[in-house]
Amino acid sequence: MKNIAQIVCEHPFFHGLDGEFCDLVCGCARNVRFNPGEYLFHEGGDADYLYLIRYGQVGLEIAVPGKPPVSFQTLHDGDLVGVSWVLPPYHWSYDARAITLTRAIAMDARCLRKKCDDDPALGYEVLKRLLPILTSRLQATQMQILDVYAAPEQSP
Amino acid sequence: MVPEPVRVLRRWQELDAVWTLELEPVKTGGRSFQPGQFNMLYVFGVGEVPISLSGDASETAALVHTVRGVGPVSNKLVALQPGDTVGLRGPFGVGWPMAAAEGSDVLIVAGGLGLAPLRPAIYHLMHHREKYGRVILLYGTRSPEDILYAGELAEWGERADLEVQITVDHAVSDWQGKIGVVPALLPTLDFDPEDTVAMVCGPEIMMRFTVNALRDAGVEDEAIFLSMERNMKCALGHCGHCQFGSTFVCKDGPVVSFDRVRGLLSLKEF
Repeated sequence: MKNIAQIVCEHPFFHGLDGEFCDLVCGCARNVRFNPGEYLFHEGGDADYLYLIRYGQVGLEIAVPGKPPVSFQTLHDGDLVGVSWVLPPYHWSYDARAITLTRAIAMDARCLRKKCDDDPALGYEVLKRLLPILTSRLQATQMQILDVYAAPEQSP
Repeated sequence: MVPEPVRVLRRWQELDAVWTLELEPVKTGGRSFQPGQFNMLYVFGVGEVPISLSGDASETAALVHTVRGVGPVSNKLVALQPGDTVGLRGPFGVGWPMAAAEGSDVLIVAGGLGLAPLRPAIYHLMHHREKYGRVILLYGTRSPEDILYAGELAEWGERADLEVQITVDHAVSDWQGKIGVVPALLPTLDFDPEDTVAMVCGPEIMMRFTVNALRDAGVEDEAIFLSMERNMKCALGHCGHCQFGSTFVCKDGPVVSFDRVRGLLSLKEF
């Protein structure tokens, strides 16, 4: 059976991280499990944790008054859930709900932020892994905003 | 250049404002086509539009077209009833590289109604499955309610020899599938970029993002094929309405390899 250090360091987000750094971040980690329909966090809540999905599917949702929530992204095995933990004032900007049984690593955000602040080399490593995720999500959002599959306004 | 009369045999609704028409030539028998080719459909007294063939190329008795009603001609087309007659010229253009892809893995990436011009290629791959390696279909659309050919996609997803992934841009909470844009599926896909032929069709912005993701994954420009949509009029490469750089989309396309249009896709003049 794998210990938490092995699980954390084998997760795609931390995979290849220097062993010393890995030991540092593992001190902030614990295993968690979410049943289908259970929320990982809600919009406006404190971004106290980030989640690294081991197995499962998580939907990111925006609540719409009087209507069912709208999901704009699903995340799967190996994905990172939540980026607000790194940006002050550390509040979630959407809801995250488990769609299937989801096992994840919950990283204590305060703990990880402190370790990154204390060791800028670790902080730089973490940011290098976070930025491509942010960039790809920004590009995806651009496509979604453009609503590219809508019927063209003018056509023969 | 003279349209041939074809009769509507059957019609059925796929999505809101999207209908599939099955057409039968009135005077001549059926005609063959290559996956990816298009016909010019002429509504008498209204106008003519290019519409991709979306049926099975091995069944030549009838011609199948999936049409979205968005303008004067296409709105008339989707309103046609069995027995009505329209004019048809075609098939025209260069289709998907089915022969060149033999022996390779085939990665199909479709967005929205872009699945229609790719469906004949999918039928071809399934009819000649032994000639190809892995066949992967990635399909993205706006919402679960906008999934084109939903029944067929579900059937294809059950096949062991066809890998199907569907994603939608947004959904309400009862959707259990993937949500996100279709190019975002590519980095998660375990495939051999050096032995893959990619066939891509959808809105041009979706194709640009998809091409970027394919190139990031290591697929060569020469192995990426796009179906371009331009203002095709004569369909013979004479009038120049569909000129795209040095390419006439109607004659040299609509399917072109990315290396031929590299640098033009992001130019607003084109």
